[in-house]
Amino acid sequence: LSHGSGGRAMAQLISGLFHQAFGNEWLARCNDQSAFDVAAGRMVMTTDGYVVSPLFFPGGNIGSLAVHGTINDVAMSGARPLYLSASFIIEEGFPFSDLKAIADSMGAAARSAGVYIIAGDTKVVERGKADGLFISTTGIGIVADGLDLSADKARVGDRVLVSGSLGDHGVAVMSKRQNVAFQTEVVSDSVALHNLVAVMVAAGGSGIRVMRDPTRGGLAATLNEIAHQSELGFRLQEASIPVKPAVAATCELLGLDPIHVANEGKLVAIVAPDLADAVLAAMKAHPLGADAADIGEAVADNRKFVQMATGFGGRRIVDWLWAEQLPRIC
Amino acid sequence: MSAPTTCDRTRLRVRVSGAVQGVGFRPYVYGLAMRYGLAGFVINGPEGVTIEVEGHRASEFVATLPLEAPPLARIDHICVRETAALAAKDFSIGSSEGGKLSTQIVADAAACQQCLRELFDPENRHYLYPFISCCHCGPRYTIAERLPYDRRNTVMGAFRLCAACAAEYADPASRRFHAEAIACPTCGPRLSHGISAIVAAIAGGQIVAIKGLGGYQLLCDARNQDAVQRLRRRKQRLQKPFAVMVDSIERVSDIAEANAPELALLESVARPIVLLSSRNNLAAAIAPGLSRVGVMLPVAPLHHLILHALRSAGACARTGPVIVATSANRCGEPLLIDNAQALRRLKGISDLIVTHDRDIVTRADDSVVSVVADRPQFIRRARGYVPEPIRLAKSVPPVLAVGGALKSTVTITRDNQAFVSQHIGDLDTAEGIRTFEETIRHLTSSLDVEPLAIAHDLHPDMASTRFAEANGRALVAVQHHHAHAAAVIAEHGHTGPALALVLDGHGLGSEGGNWGGELLLCEGTRCRRIGHLAPLQMPGGDRAAREPWRMASAVLHELGRGNEIGRRFAAQRQAGCVSALLEQPGGATTTSAGRLFDATAALLGIASLQSYEGEAAMKLEALVRRTAILESGWTIAGAVLSLRPLFARLIADDIDAVGGAGLFHGTFAAACVDWVTRSARTTGVNTVVLSGGCFLNAALADEIPRGCSAAGLTPLLPRRVPPNDGGLSLGQAWIAALQIAQQSSARGGTA
Ligand SMILES: [Fe+3]
Ligand SMILES: [Mg+2]
Ligand SMILES: [Zn+2]
Ligand SMILES: [Zn+2]
Repeated sequence: LSHGSGGRAMAQLISGLFHQAFGNEWLARCNDQSAFDVAAGRMVMTTDGYVVSPLFFPGGNIGSLAVHGTINDVAMSGARPLYLSASFIIEEGFPFSDLKAIADSMGAAARSAGVYIIAGDTKVVERGKADGLFISTTGIGIVADGLDLSADKARVGDRVLVSGSLGDHGVAVMSKRQNVAFQTEVVSDSVALHNLVAVMVAAGGSGIRVMRDPTRGGLAATLNEIAHQSELGFRLQEASIPVKPAVAATCELLGLDPIHVANEGKLVAIVAPDLADAVLAAMKAHPLGADAADIGEAVADNRKFVQMATGFGGRRIVDWLWAEQLPRIC
Repeated sequence: MSAPTTCDRTRLRVRVSGAVQGVGFRPYVYGLAMRYGLAGFVINGPEGVTIEVEGHRASEFVATLPLEAPPLARIDHICVRETAALAAKDFSIGSSEGGKLSTQIVADAAACQQCLRELFDPENRHYLYPFISCCHCGPRYTIAERLPYDRRNTVMGAFRLCAACAAEYADPASRRFHAEAIACPTCGPRLSHGISAIVAAIAGGQIVAIKGLGGYQLLCDARNQDAVQRLRRRKQRLQKPFAVMVDSIERVSDIAEANAPELALLESVARPIVLLSSRNNLAAAIAPGLSRVGVMLPVAPLHHLILHALRSAGACARTGPVIVATSANRCGEPLLIDNAQALRRLKGISDLIVTHDRDIVTRADDSVVSVVADRPQFIRRARGYVPEPIRLAKSVPPVLAVGGALKSTVTITRDNQAFVSQHIGDLDTAEGIRTFEETIRHLTSSLDVEPLAIAHDLHPDMASTRFAEANGRALVAVQHHHAHAAAVIAEHGHTGPALALVLDGHGLGSEGGNWGGELLLCEGTRCRRIGHLAPLQMPGGDRAAREPWRMASAVLHELGRGNEIGRRFAAQRQAGCVSALLEQPGGATTTSAGRLFDATAALLGIASLQSYEGEAAMKLEALVRRTAILESGWTIAGAVLSLRPLFARLIADDIDAVGGAGLFHGTFAAACVDWVTRSARTTGVNTVVLSGGCFLNAALADEIPRGCSAAGLTPLLPRRVPPNDGGLSLGQAWIAALQIAQQSSARGGTA
């Protein structure tokens, strides 16, 4: 792709590519905006920027990741996602074939999720001004009456549920980046979770207090956020946290802790204790929640510590990290 | 001073500052005044003790005053002034002067000889009473709730003195005059179990928890391998050495070799654990793979009673009792001090839990010290030493420094003193962080200062850094190794430039990166990195610190011998993958010195994994019989020191572990001396600060300073705080305080 010269031809080329990949009635009308009807209820909206290196990783690429991530951010409110918009910042010289592959996987991801990408924009910037490709997405959805999930709603005694094994996405990306694929290949868990959310909401209703997708910073960051917003602590059982053997092995090699590693197809739910079993059963009955687990509970703690019981009756603090895991042992 | 001419009676006003309250100083002054036939008074005041003496032998009094001071007193300053004679007739002890009282509490002290005589005297009313104490001994810091240090402000306030104790408390001629912790069987605290039950349990191979001076301790028979191993299993402490307690100084030589300074240290009122060369005749599980053993003498009367009864029981008639004495906590958590918590949390660990009703306000672990070049060096500074301040080169603004993440301490500066807290422990448990915050609160309020700034490590993910950031005060981030160096500069009162050789495990560099073997040029608040060890890959970050075989793999890879990794470390699941990881460009590297010890230990087959910090290095050190220097075993290029030739030699087939250990230590020390000497020549700076956790290594701590001195340099070693991360907070505090002082004088200058 080139920047500046031949702007018009290039713009047509790109928009043709996206129209074809996303193909839906709204884009086909070629307006600068799309109009749509809304059902009764409360709308939710989210926006997110995607930068990932490498752009293609086992189990997906930046495009499918952007669609899934945005759908999941909408879904974590308990909502049904409806529409997305996407904006692309493309570095000059970015291979057209890569862009096409990414657009196609975005279209496929949206289609299989039953969500439409109805607005978009592209900009090609000079070499060095972007790292290949950045995608910004916005999503809107609609949430049923009476459902009001929020990170400040956890209560002491609530259970902590996760929908499946942790660390798959981060390890997939990292092993690609560090080229340690000589380990058993780990595939990103990138997936849209709204259908799983729907069965959970059906089973738990307003007993589901908080849902979050533990993306950047992993489970540790997510639970620390909830602890701070809800002003309580969490106690987890390390042994009950699901981690795939290949993920555990790669984490061991790289010196990472799976609870700090990003996920793109998992959720954490904080559920009222009396409904936790029902919600967990509903999750396990859904293909995306087959490995769901109850990993701990919310406890009263004015210091808002997230603690994890380790093998021998020890308990350690599960921190959120500033960036990547920096060595700390002196 | 000139004698007054108007009158043959001299009246002098003497002000004494230092640790002079709560240590029997006023009765001492009273006795001295009697000896010289003087009239006048002594009184406690905000700055210390004020004395007025009148009589013609008043100057003799003043001359003797500092010479015979009570054992726990520390005189910082004596100021003498003449005042008009009033022809007073008697000498009186006044109660405290009004206003603010001195905020100095002294450290806890081991039972004194006089109390011990009473303890074992059937005629004495304190016979076999585990809480006997006097002005010269007993708890202080650990039982003080607030200031001033008066009985009502300690946990002893809950116990009403009986008539006999009250009389001693009020008698200026008594050893217990205003001894705030005094007690007797009639009026004082009680033990939950009889000594005979404790002794029977220990003799029977059981594990007993007792409440010591600064916290709960676990005891068992140190000659009973079964008992020691059971303790290891229950405490989940697989390899880390246990300290032992022997009943008397005469018995130390049964189990270890001790020279004169080591014996003196063992017998000092602080009663630390002293690391001694072991005779290896205790249970092997006491200090697996190590050549040194931590030994201590009985501290509290309770220890004396237990050891005395063990000896009388005859269980160890021939050899005298030796017991394991280790802090009662789960690995890495703070020492337990609360009865209810102890009963709950020690249930699965000890067979018998002995409590008593004298509360502990401030926990203090046993201090651990070793003798390096004939002088003490701390490994852990706590009971018996805190809250003794460290004198600074000048008065500075009050700051709080919060240390690192492991072996945490905090420091507060006040005027020209730095108060370094007791060892707090690791900050990776909720209990650890709570204790850390509690210590800060207690220290701040007992010193009655409002810190202007908080100094912290550069590392963003330490609990101490988080605390600092959430606190709202001005922040001063101090690079880890700069803080290590500054701690030594601060305690020595060194001003002017200094080279600093910091040999350490890990610290975040000032521009990121993993540092740990650094040559710094420090002056005032500034610090420049002028050299470092050659970077080595650290496959797996912190994991490489726990698994020495990974660092060994990095060395092999570096030497082009990566193909040997799989064979040498076949037992390691990841051995095959690590070599591939090492092939990748752009992996994390470190200039750590500590990791070189790890690598060497693994290459020599001494330790591939470690279960506690420094295990591999300590086991490597334990094998050193004689150090040797490999000539041209190192290179220095652009102030980067590389030990590549040494490693090439260490992996040769004809080197055994003992030979390799000697060669590594000798060559590394020689290389450091060469490195420092060259830098001293180019910079013209001849003072060399030696700091960082690797200086706990006896061979290094002995040979590097010796080499520096031989080269005409002045080496400065950490003596008042540990060289490891326990000393960080002092260094941070000193840098931050200087920085705040500079800023305010700069503001003052432009205003
Ligand atoms: Fe350090
Ligand atoms: Mg988001
Ligand atoms: Zn005494
Ligand atoms: Zn009494």
